[in-house]
Amino acid sequence: MIALSKIVAGRLLLGIVTLLITSMVIFGAMELLPGDFAQAVLGQSATEETVRAFRAELQLDQPVFVRYFDWLLNALQGDFGQSFSGRASSGYDRSRAVVDLVAPRMSNTILLAGLTAAISVPLALGLGFAAVLYRGTWFDRALNWTVLGAISFPEFLIAYALILLLASLFPVFPALANVSPDMAWDERLSRMALPAASLTIVIMAHMMRMTRAALNDLMARPYVETAKLKGLSRRRIVLVHVLPNAWAPIATVIAFNLAYLIVGVVVVEVVFAYPGIGQLMVDAVTSRDIPVVQTCALVFAGTYIVLNLLADVIAIMTNPRLLHPK
Amino acid sequence: MDNHAAAQNEIKPLVDMQGVVIEGFSNDRWTTIVDRVDLKVYPGEVLGLIGESGAGKSSLGLASMGYARAGCRISGGTILFEGQDLRAAGIKTLNRLRGNRMTYVAQSAAAAFNPAHRLIRQTIETSLVKRGWNGTKARRHAIKLFGTLRLPGAETIGSRFPHQVSGGQLQRVMTAMAMVPEPGLIVFDEPTTALDVTTQVEVLLSIKDAMRTLGSSAIYISHDLAVVSQMADRIKVLRHGKEVEEAETQEMINAPKEEYTRSLWAVRNIERNAKIGAEPRLTIENLTAYYGKFKALDNVSLTVPVGRTVSILGESGSGKSTLARCISGVVKDVEGQVTLAGKRLPLHLKNRNKEQLRHVQMIFQMADTALNPRQTVGQIILRPLRWFTGLPREKARRRMEELLSMVELDPSLASRYPEELSGGQKQRVCIARALAPEPEIMICDEVTSALDQLVQEDIIRLLNRVQEEMGTSYIFITHDVLAAKAISDEVIVMSKGRIVDRGSRDVVFSPPFEPYTEKLVKSVPEIDSGWLEQFRRS
Amino acid sequence: MSTLVKTMALAFNHGRLTVICALLGVLVLTSVFAPWIAPYGEAQVFPEPFAPWSPEHWLGTDQIGRDILTRLLYGTRNSILIALLATVLAFVIGGIFGLIAAILGGVLDQLLARLTDVLMAIPSLIFALMLLSIFGSTIWNLIVVIAVLESTRVFRLARSVSYGVVVQDYVEVARLRGERLPWIMLREVAPNITAPMLSEFGLRFCFVFLTIAALSFLGVGVQPPTADLGSMVRENANLIQFARFDLRAGITPLVPAIVIALITVSVNALVDWFLLSDGDTPNG
Repeated sequence: MIALSKIVAGRLLLGIVTLLITSMVIFGAMELLPGDFAQAVLGQSATEETVRAFRAELQLDQPVFVRYFDWLLNALQGDFGQSFSGRASSGYDRSRAVVDLVAPRMSNTILLAGLTAAISVPLALGLGFAAVLYRGTWFDRALNWTVLGAISFPEFLIAYALILLLASLFPVFPALANVSPDMAWDERLSRMALPAASLTIVIMAHMMRMTRAALNDLMARPYVETAKLKGLSRRRIVLVHVLPNAWAPIATVIAFNLAYLIVGVVVVEVVFAYPGIGQLMVDAVTSRDIPVVQTCALVFAGTYIVLNLLADVIAIMTNPRLLHPK
Repeated sequence: MDNHAAAQNEIKPLVDMQGVVIEGFSNDRWTTIVDRVDLKVYPGEVLGLIGESGAGKSSLGLASMGYARAGCRISGGTILFEGQDLRAAGIKTLNRLRGNRMTYVAQSAAAAFNPAHRLIRQTIETSLVKRGWNGTKARRHAIKLFGTLRLPGAETIGSRFPHQVSGGQLQRVMTAMAMVPEPGLIVFDEPTTALDVTTQVEVLLSIKDAMRTLGSSAIYISHDLAVVSQMADRIKVLRHGKEVEEAETQEMINAPKEEYTRSLWAVRNIERNAKIGAEPRLTIENLTAYYGKFKALDNVSLTVPVGRTVSILGESGSGKSTLARCISGVVKDVEGQVTLAGKRLPLHLKNRNKEQLRHVQMIFQMADTALNPRQTVGQIILRPLRWFTGLPREKARRRMEELLSMVELDPSLASRYPEELSGGQKQRVCIARALAPEPEIMICDEVTSALDQLVQEDIIRLLNRVQEEMGTSYIFITHDVLAAKAISDEVIVMSKGRIVDRGSRDVVFSPPFEPYTEKLVKSVPEIDSGWLEQFRRS
Repeated sequence: MSTLVKTMALAFNHGRLTVICALLGVLVLTSVFAPWIAPYGEAQVFPEPFAPWSPEHWLGTDQIGRDILTRLLYGTRNSILIALLATVLAFVIGGIFGLIAAILGGVLDQLLARLTDVLMAIPSLIFALMLLSIFGSTIWNLIVVIAVLESTRVFRLARSVSYGVVVQDYVEVARLRGERLPWIMLREVAPNITAPMLSEFGLRFCFVFLTIAALSFLGVGVQPPTADLGSMVRENANLIQFARFDLRAGITPLVPAIVIALITVSVNALVDWFLLSDGDTPNG
């Protein structure tokens, strides 16, 4: 067990290092900005003085690593700086703290992504197992073709097809998902129905395909042949002999597919005008509001890294070789 | 099974296969693996199935359980087990029989056990599921069998996971797993092939004892005639999916009818007159090598004389392959001194010049992975030829064809790709490639181990002949005592990274033996059905 | 080469493959000959915006009065070309580094592997959004950013597949002979990783194609007046709400999305078929 905890600790440490380096990359990217950036943000008519004040705020006179550590320390305390938008060339600053922009939208996104994951993960795993259990039957083939189609569709095609059907032609759900905190829960859920459905279809397809591949890979192992030659039923083989070895690949599949969830969230939020962090990021990219872009990127990347870390730890903890060392 | 002919008339066979055809799917079409073979196993009898690779013996053995591997199908004939037609039976019927009335022991138990479950759980699984035994009864039964199979710590070994148990022990646990339900038939599929020779004999003894106690029938599949003759009452010889002949074991050994069977016997009789003396060509002094903290070689010194063969004999983990890799210069963490033809040879590949690289050539165990599948035989030999000798294109071409003839290959094969060649032909190409630069030292790393016995013999003869012609010195790395006997002038025996015995071949392999050498030599099965009993008594 | 010919021969026996190839062929031909097939100019503006389907404008006009069919043809061409360029670039960068890392091993290999691990820890769409916000959305920036991000995935695959080849004895033979890196890379390793790299190219292309479509859809990819399938969906999205009054208008924004789907579906199916036929054995 000491060896196991050592490996897990090592993996966690590596995760922290990855997070740290990722934050450096995200911060460092800003350094690639062209030199007259302050001018560009404030507009051509900005006075010399305003530009100088803005430069001072950005601490452009400080060395890079000093600014990085400042930024990192502040970020750890929940301060992600001031947004670029809302600054006028006159020097009148109506910009808001980035954290105030991000925080409320973050909870919206977590709600949407969480809802999607809660539906799609069990469904995808169940269907993946069913496909392996009934391998080679019409069920498996039909599922395979549907999935191949679904993963090839761009997210927005699925979203707009749902809008066309369920909002435009047969208005069951609203096409816009502009939820607000003061809204009643049932109203909120009804508005989230279409975005959640679109995301679920996208994620499920990817996840099911990979679950099926991972399980089929396990089905080809020699110990499965042993089980077949023991005359065990297919159900028992899958549940008793494959499943205990499948936790690691399944955890990996789920973590991997969260990348699609993140991509999907961004696109779907834009399609349905859902006030989440993805839409915020796209708006910020369009207006080149760098602090907001950085913060959103950090949130997305951080989530992804932490979830992958979790998958790795699960894979380590379920490996019998590590659980029961020699 | 005395009076077998008489018995045949009265007793109904347990397994009765008639005209069985098995096909495999490759390159988008079905090809025949087993071609109309009949097979009968009578109650209490062990049938040996013997053949070289591709003979279809494994497929036939599995077919007796009504099973075909992925990518294979049983496409003809009838298979009766206890009078029941397995080809017509549904999966429910088959599943009732498998793991219950008929069981299977795989070649690699390490892969065949589920890594996620404890051994005991896997051992008694079918008894619980199919027999409805309670856990205590099944467990007690299994532990008794572990004891019969002479597993150390029979009471506790079941609570371990597969990766916590050594290969030889795992093979015995797998045998126990096959025996727990007290089946009518056990199919042993090369159960000792992956084991070291000293481990093999232990496993063979314990299987034999357990079989005697149990009284089940068995099909014992092996490529090794000596092993089969210890285990089987009757032997069937297969070749290219067809039956060659079948007879009682004793009769088969004493008077094989078919030419092919006789040639299988003859393999073990290559003779070479061991030569002694000659000045040293390669000298190794105090070579020590590490993999991380593990000391793989411990202070090894040896000399290889001009035009002689020195065999390095040892089991897995003895350090013999590390020694080969040290001489060829690919081991990083190594100290000591290597001298080639009087000049110091740098220990690392990157410090050697072209002339030094030229004079140490290597031949590998797996000819498959030693030949680039995307290069033709001609390209494979021409590159080192021109690289080291600088011959102009046309001359190099002619020399390449000479080399092919020298290794007894048709020069027209030069335009073929490796996948179009047989295993023996591939190994010949490897030899031609190693000969191309006319090296002083050739390292042969288990070059015959992956080959069928007949082909092994040809390759050893070829190597001996080439040495006569070119005067190359060989370092012949092997785990196979018989191969070492057939090719060496001198033998070095290694164990756990050290040299434990050395001398001219006849001295090492004749009494008085060094203790470890004796163990190795005595563990090699002989084609004599009484050998195993003799070994037990000694 | 003989295996390739055999594969091709087999390929044409499969009806499914013929359909896929025909579909891909039509799409590729359309994109190559877009300027000759298209009825109007890429950025030609007509007086009536959001015109309905008609003999003059088969698919109507968009929000500023450009012919949608024309935009569709040019858009297909541009989208395929951009994605193809990005994918090829990604394979050149990732492939070369992957091979070198696997062959040389050691510190360089570890360094490159850790670097790609970090780059891959950020989902590529998010990374692309960030980089495009800094460098600005031009077509060349788009291609380079996507290529560099995707090259990490290519690197990883090339490296792991090459690992399998590098440990083969024939590579050791070449090393023992004293061969230099270019020979080992190009003659010993590269020819033996073409099959997995080829199917990966198909999958990567689909992924790149969809990523660029998503970026353009989000308004940070291909910029007007250049036609592009992703941005066309966005530009015409509003038409969907009129589906109940004019179904054809409602479908119009979906047409470019469907073209995207057709391309990725057929490439994916092609790769699937390739992987199956490469495996030699049927499903057992």
